[in-house]
Amino acid sequence: MTTATRPTATAKLPRLAAAFTPKIPIRARYDNWIAGEYVAPARGQYFVNPSPITGQPLCEVARSTHEDIDRALDAAHAAALSWNTTSPAYRANILNKIADLLEANLDTLAFIETMDNGKPIRETTHADMPLAIDHFRYFAGAIRAQEGGISELDHDTVAYHFHEPLGVVGQIIPWNFPLLMATWKLAPALAAGNCVVLKPAEQTPVSIMAFMELIADVLPSGVVNVVQGFGVEAGKPLASSPRIAKIAFTGETTTGRLIMQYASENLIPVTLELGGKSPNIFFADVMQADDDFFDKALEGFAMFALNQGEVCTCPSRALVQESIYDRFMERAVARTRAIVEGNPLEPSTMIGAQASNDQLEKILSYIDIGKKEGAKVLTGGERRIHPGELKDGYYVQPTIFEGNNRMRIFQEEIFGPVVSVTRFKDADDALSIANDTLYGLGAGVWSRDMNTCYRMGRGIKAGRVWTNCFHAYPAHAAFGGYKQSGIGRENHRMMLDHYQHTKNLLVSYSPKKLGFF
Amino acid sequence: MDVPRVDITPEATAVLRQLEAEHGPLLFHQSGGCCDGSSPMCYPRSEFRVGQRDVHLGDVAGTPVYIGGQQFELWRHTQLLIDVVPGRGGGFSLEAPLNVRFLTRSRVFDAAEQAWLETCQPRVGPQVLP
Repeated sequence: MTTATRPTATAKLPRLAAAFTPKIPIRARYDNWIAGEYVAPARGQYFVNPSPITGQPLCEVARSTHEDIDRALDAAHAAALSWNTTSPAYRANILNKIADLLEANLDTLAFIETMDNGKPIRETTHADMPLAIDHFRYFAGAIRAQEGGISELDHDTVAYHFHEPLGVVGQIIPWNFPLLMATWKLAPALAAGNCVVLKPAEQTPVSIMAFMELIADVLPSGVVNVVQGFGVEAGKPLASSPRIAKIAFTGETTTGRLIMQYASENLIPVTLELGGKSPNIFFADVMQADDDFFDKALEGFAMFALNQGEVCTCPSRALVQESIYDRFMERAVARTRAIVEGNPLEPSTMIGAQASNDQLEKILSYIDIGKKEGAKVLTGGERRIHPGELKDGYYVQPTIFEGNNRMRIFQEEIFGPVVSVTRFKDADDALSIANDTLYGLGAGVWSRDMNTCYRMGRGIKAGRVWTNCFHAYPAHAAFGGYKQSGIGRENHRMMLDHYQHTKNLLVSYSPKKLGFF
Repeated sequence: MDVPRVDITPEATAVLRQLEAEHGPLLFHQSGGCCDGSSPMCYPRSEFRVGQRDVHLGDVAGTPVYIGGQQFELWRHTQLLIDVVPGRGGGFSLEAPLNVRFLTRSRVFDAAEQAWLETCQPRVGPQVLP
């Protein structure tokens, strides 16, 4: 059953990938990664993983079941005996080594991520991977700088507060930024001293395996275990296991509820990131001058197409002040039409493939209901069929709808390159529209008046309000949702709290009895 | 007039029957949010705890379909049609191993349908489950 050696067969890549020679090959078949090596799934089943770039099969991946989750949990609990009590310096050194390995293999990992997810290689090279690298370094620093607490309760009594790891945790990763989202969850969990069983999204199973191969000699075996497979067959036994001390999930609301339901049976904490419908608000003064700032604001508008719109904080609602609406939209439409579509492996390509066929179909169904509700298509609005090897890939034109906030396309995250635009009169009106949503993950405010920015930023009910910027994800800024967008935060030192217990030692140094008995 | 709030295609019904044979009675819950959101999730009927504010949109091919109460208010002017497409997983929905994904298509109710629907409010909460 166990195969201690790495599989040798390499996946057959499409011709358009011929120019790339990754240092870690994409393998024809992937098993699970348990206790530091590849382990075949207990039932011997595999599923076919297509590349969204071509729509053609890329490799086979383990279709795991509860037996595999149990085996991974065995490995994690065995590793936890020593890992849970390692020193912060030891763990920080390992996180730094992981970052160094990622950096030395950045081009390879960017290539693999693009092949598996469909996003443009300019984004994996210049955003996904550099952010992941920095994230490991950030938490390496954060854990070394973390202090416990000492409270002098009286002259002879002291309360010591220590941070202790939770133990073994479960993590379920989304498919939109496979390695970066795995990093968001792994780096703080490992820094805090936890062992992990991680289930990647079945849409994007590959890059995390290249990652595990890469760090195999750096991270003690069993500290991170990766079990591949479908949500219902592998994700559910992980989320409902009594052997995890916490479950972290990024996804959507119904599954989020189900995960809380499972967690309630075991009385374990959950962190959830469930998406949003982020407003991007442009005040009239952005057009006071046709300068760098206005150019930046237009780029901020076009950010709805970043990662093909498959971002939980996609600025998928644009609110534009009515006094500049027509002039602004003329420029915004032109900027959107300048987005270069095509082969995601070309460095010039700005928008690549949607991550899966069903995602493509869902986006098209949303474009359809947008049209039926009477929203006006200002540009795009169709599937994009590229020629040659890309013809069966999952591509959508960058699309701008004009409508009103009661439409479904303004209220549900389409998770595609689709922005819905409406106008507002003044700041009160903008705030009212911005907050008229079930979600509250991100928002953007653009104005040259910092008082306007500040008041809007504090008024918007969302976990992050980008102010005169958008889609920046530094490790040292907290990320997470209000309302139905989830529970808990990611990034920032405070993330350690989600992976640590507080141990209080309450110590009396007085030799005198209390006198009660 | 009898206007269903939710319907299902023959292709999706066939998948539903296949899943029923393996898992027994089922339930749909329309998801929201990102990643695999905005899609119907299909679970064994006893798996998902229907909430006090979940709205029962109707039954399709004998399977109840629910949506969160707040989401219903934003979707109530549209009829949902549960379809199926080739796909790759989505949350813990049961159809993933079959390499297909349930998908919600929609249309806007016309004025007459809207008026009729206002006269028959949908049931709320878990009480309609057998």
